[in-house]
Amino acid sequence: MAGHAAVMEAPTGFIRKYIFSIDHKVIGIQYLLLALFAVFLGMVLSAFMRLRLAWPEEKWPLLQQIFPQGFAGGPMTPEFYLAMMTMHGTIMVFFVLTTAPLSGFGNYFLPIQVGARDMAFPILNMLSFWITFVAMAVMVMALFATGGAPIAGWTSYAPLSALGQVAGPGLGAGQTLWIVSIAIFCVASLLTSLNFLTTTLNLRARGMSLLRMPLTVWAWFTTAMLALLAFPVLLAGGILLLLDRVGGTSFFIPGGLVVSDQLIPHQGGSPLLWQHLFWFFGHPEVYIAILPGMGVTSHILSTFARKPVFAYKAMVGAIFAIGFISYIVWGHHMFMSGMSPFSSMAFSITTLAVGVPSAIKTFNWLATLWGGQIRFTSSMLYALGFVSLFVSGGVTGMLLAQPAVDVALHDTYFVVAHFHIIMGVAAIFGIFAGLHFWFPKMFGRMMDERLGKIHFWITIAGVYAIFMPMHYLGVAGALRRYAQLTEFDFLRPMQPLHQFITVAAFVTIAAQLIFVFNFFYSMFKGKRAGANPWEATTLEWIIPSPPPHDNFGPIEPVVNHGPYEYSVPGAAKDHIMQTAPAEEARR
Amino acid sequence: MPLALAFFFWAMALITVALFIARVWWLPELASAHGGAIDDQLVLTLVLAGIVFFLAQAALGYFIWRFRARGSERASYWHENPKMEVTWTVATAILFIGLGIQGNRVWAKYILTQAPPDAVTVEVTGQQFAWNMRYAGADGKFGRTDPKLINDANANFLGLDEADPAAHDDVLTQNLMAIPVNRPIGVILRAKDVTHSFYVPQLRVKQDAVPGMGIRVTFTATKTGEFEIACAELCGMQHYKMRGRLLVMSDADYEKWLKDRAAAQ
Amino acid sequence: MPAATIPATGDLLRPGAGGPGAGDGSFGGDGDGGRRPSPRARQTHRLGIWLGLASVTMLFLGLTSAFIVREKLGGEWAEFAMPPLLVVNTLVLLASSAALERSKRALAGIVPSGARPAVSGVEVPPAYNTWLLAAVALGLLFLVGQAVAWQQLSARGIYLSTNPHSSFFYTLTGMHGLHLLGGLVALGYLTAWRGRLPLLALRRRTEATAIYWHFMDGLWVYLLLLLFVWK
Repeated sequence: MAGHAAVMEAPTGFIRKYIFSIDHKVIGIQYLLLALFAVFLGMVLSAFMRLRLAWPEEKWPLLQQIFPQGFAGGPMTPEFYLAMMTMHGTIMVFFVLTTAPLSGFGNYFLPIQVGARDMAFPILNMLSFWITFVAMAVMVMALFATGGAPIAGWTSYAPLSALGQVAGPGLGAGQTLWIVSIAIFCVASLLTSLNFLTTTLNLRARGMSLLRMPLTVWAWFTTAMLALLAFPVLLAGGILLLLDRVGGTSFFIPGGLVVSDQLIPHQGGSPLLWQHLFWFFGHPEVYIAILPGMGVTSHILSTFARKPVFAYKAMVGAIFAIGFISYIVWGHHMFMSGMSPFSSMAFSITTLAVGVPSAIKTFNWLATLWGGQIRFTSSMLYALGFVSLFVSGGVTGMLLAQPAVDVALHDTYFVVAHFHIIMGVAAIFGIFAGLHFWFPKMFGRMMDERLGKIHFWITIAGVYAIFMPMHYLGVAGALRRYAQLTEFDFLRPMQPLHQFITVAAFVTIAAQLIFVFNFFYSMFKGKRAGANPWEATTLEWIIPSPPPHDNFGPIEPVVNHGPYEYSVPGAAKDHIMQTAPAEEARR
Repeated sequence: MPLALAFFFWAMALITVALFIARVWWLPELASAHGGAIDDQLVLTLVLAGIVFFLAQAALGYFIWRFRARGSERASYWHENPKMEVTWTVATAILFIGLGIQGNRVWAKYILTQAPPDAVTVEVTGQQFAWNMRYAGADGKFGRTDPKLINDANANFLGLDEADPAAHDDVLTQNLMAIPVNRPIGVILRAKDVTHSFYVPQLRVKQDAVPGMGIRVTFTATKTGEFEIACAELCGMQHYKMRGRLLVMSDADYEKWLKDRAAAQ
Repeated sequence: MPAATIPATGDLLRPGAGGPGAGDGSFGGDGDGGRRPSPRARQTHRLGIWLGLASVTMLFLGLTSAFIVREKLGGEWAEFAMPPLLVVNTLVLLASSAALERSKRALAGIVPSGARPAVSGVEVPPAYNTWLLAAVALGLLFLVGQAVAWQQLSARGIYLSTNPHSSFFYTLTGMHGLHLLGGLVALGYLTAWRGRLPLLALRRRTEATAIYWHFMDGLWVYLLLLLFVWK
């Protein structure tokens, strides 16, 4: 080719380079920083929740000075608790678990791993970040809204969420801002996923056939497909909910409601309709959060076990199967909702069916380790932690998938344990694994391994100490979304366990400062990283760390190998780069 | 590092399983006829899930220790093993689908059971933040209600229309429900403001009460005593203390209770 | 570049297709930054627009399912007759689509001249201008017509919150109108930049806009059938 014809010029001004950048790498880091802010906010909110759950009647003079309303009279008020709960769930699900693994890492590494110089539509990409930013800003506004932050939970079930301030504090302006923020977020996610799909399908390097793509790319691709088709349905629901609140319509509000002795002038809507629309999005959303983590884990296990991913094609098939089945399981959130019992039966079977591809993934991860030469970097520790958490959170799905068992477990702490372990903590471990793995590529410096390991140990022990006991609470009937569990005789004996969980949570939360320190310290003071510090094979490792603006400079990568050619017998080195000459694999 | 991590996964799995087996925290004591089947299904699934959980964590720990890097040795190179893959796919599919079918049988038996004609019928209406119970009284008919007539200040929580003759003998209580033991109970669940959920842990009954719907639940209590009715669906600020009392009593006691209440009204 | 060199979709599964920088990248300014134009760029634009339309479809499917559920519930569902003006509006929108199609085809016959055809400006054929402006005008006319139809309905006392049918009518037409407004922005962009864009870029963008615009036509007809014909 003609010299540097393909090289793009890098922008020079600060604003075009770092703020309104159209470089997918800068946008990826912007997303990650947004998620880092969000995860800290969400974590602080959860600390407040745990505080009240453990010591509901205790007075906190210091906190009362900071939040005179939230701690009116000394103890935390129940509405403050519910606001913390709602915002914790919302911020974590949307602005952390959707933003970091998909929009963050996906933006940075998907184009590089397929051998493209940027996303298919860079300006659209920049727009999606800034729209997400606006959504985040509106959500933070909801937190400080007049009348309080919303208290309807991240699921915002109608009619509670549709009736306005009359139904409770925070359900006025706060709830409206919540819906607006989510609607904006939907639009941003659509644009992102459209970009991901187009890039993967159309901008792959020469030789990068679909079955030579790293499993991370497959995971992002499938996730983008889920997001593209699931978020519009939430948007539809959000628009209808907003109209119910401000336009006087009755999509979700039935007739003849009397709230606080006031007759509500609405007619004939259906509360279950909101649940259906919400969960039609909500269940794929769970996989939007976890699929990228699965991809990252496969990628890292293979790299540090120095072995090819076991059954690559089955892994790709499983990702697709999970993605597809996730669209036909949403009713399992509604077994106790008054939906037809026959629908429950169908949803139960489809839900258990999603366990099959999930089990395949677990088996294949274990088989990937078998016969390996495992290198215990902190990134690998997180990936191994992911596998353990995925198993722990996954097996409880067998219980919750059955409507009969849900009679006992629905809306108890068993559910809280289940989804926190599998879509919360496991996904976060996926993020940590990815961050420690790709940090040298993104910033040109290594993260501190010792701090990384200390952080791993405290975190894994901490999360198990927090969430495992919740299973026992759930079996004993402890209900979620209770501002305190001391008002019922059957709940009171479990209070010591709640206090144990709270202590574990505080320790774990404090340990996250180690990570933050490591992250920012290493960014400036870390050991310099070479192009390929982990001796990995995929395309991001053939270019300098950090990569130039156009990723590959004058090189046109040509892919000759699959993504996980480690320990190939007879090869000179124990890993073969994807771009290595084709002969290298032969003896 | 590898040995420590292996030990961690093993210990975590052991402690988790041990605490389940020891039943330090366990299901509330059963007090209903259908609950036995639910408990059995729960325990069966829990045991299977526990076995899968334990084996997977144990294997993970073992592999971590066994396949730690040793010097410059090369890892073995294998891509796939179709026979093994098909085996575990089929095995998990049979396990999961079998469990699903068995679970659906338990579910169908519980949820599709209709209250027999001689069942005691109670209408339970949730509101922020209380349970309103209504018994049809001597005529066996519920009186007409109208949301326009609802007036909490006058204790007309349901908007009962006094003009309707059937309304006169309706027995109304708030946060208090009495039922006879060993007789089928048909509960009609309603809500007058937002969605609530009628939950009695010992009876293994949990069902949302949705505004605009009348949802039926049927059960038979098998133990006398006092139980708690909790709300299991977020309904607003005082969701956590939306507490009702359920009195399960002998047939004779129940009839007397109902008569006394009717007389007191 | 002639259409014959554009790889078919089946090609996606074969290794060796495409290359880095194959897409011309930016939505708003390809041809700059020294990027190579490529046969893939056209496909990228089309794929992008179709994926976008897939999500638009899901949005309206979500609203449709709400419509069906709500109608089944019955209650106060009081159906009002279709305002006759909507027939006129439909014809206007269809005409707008036809005009845009003519405009798009006006570019088809032109072979770019010069050594670096993709990056040199091109004399836009007058037929393109005429039909593009016609499409914009008709699109605007449709939106005005919709606004008038809303006006007529509210004059008859039918508002957003009057009954479920009217709620859905205003919601669905409103959402459609918003999407159409987006299309008009794209048409406005083409109108403003038509003289400055390289031929291939102009052609790609006209094509993508036309796909979107035709889809909005089909969507409108679908909504009309759903609101007033489907039972």
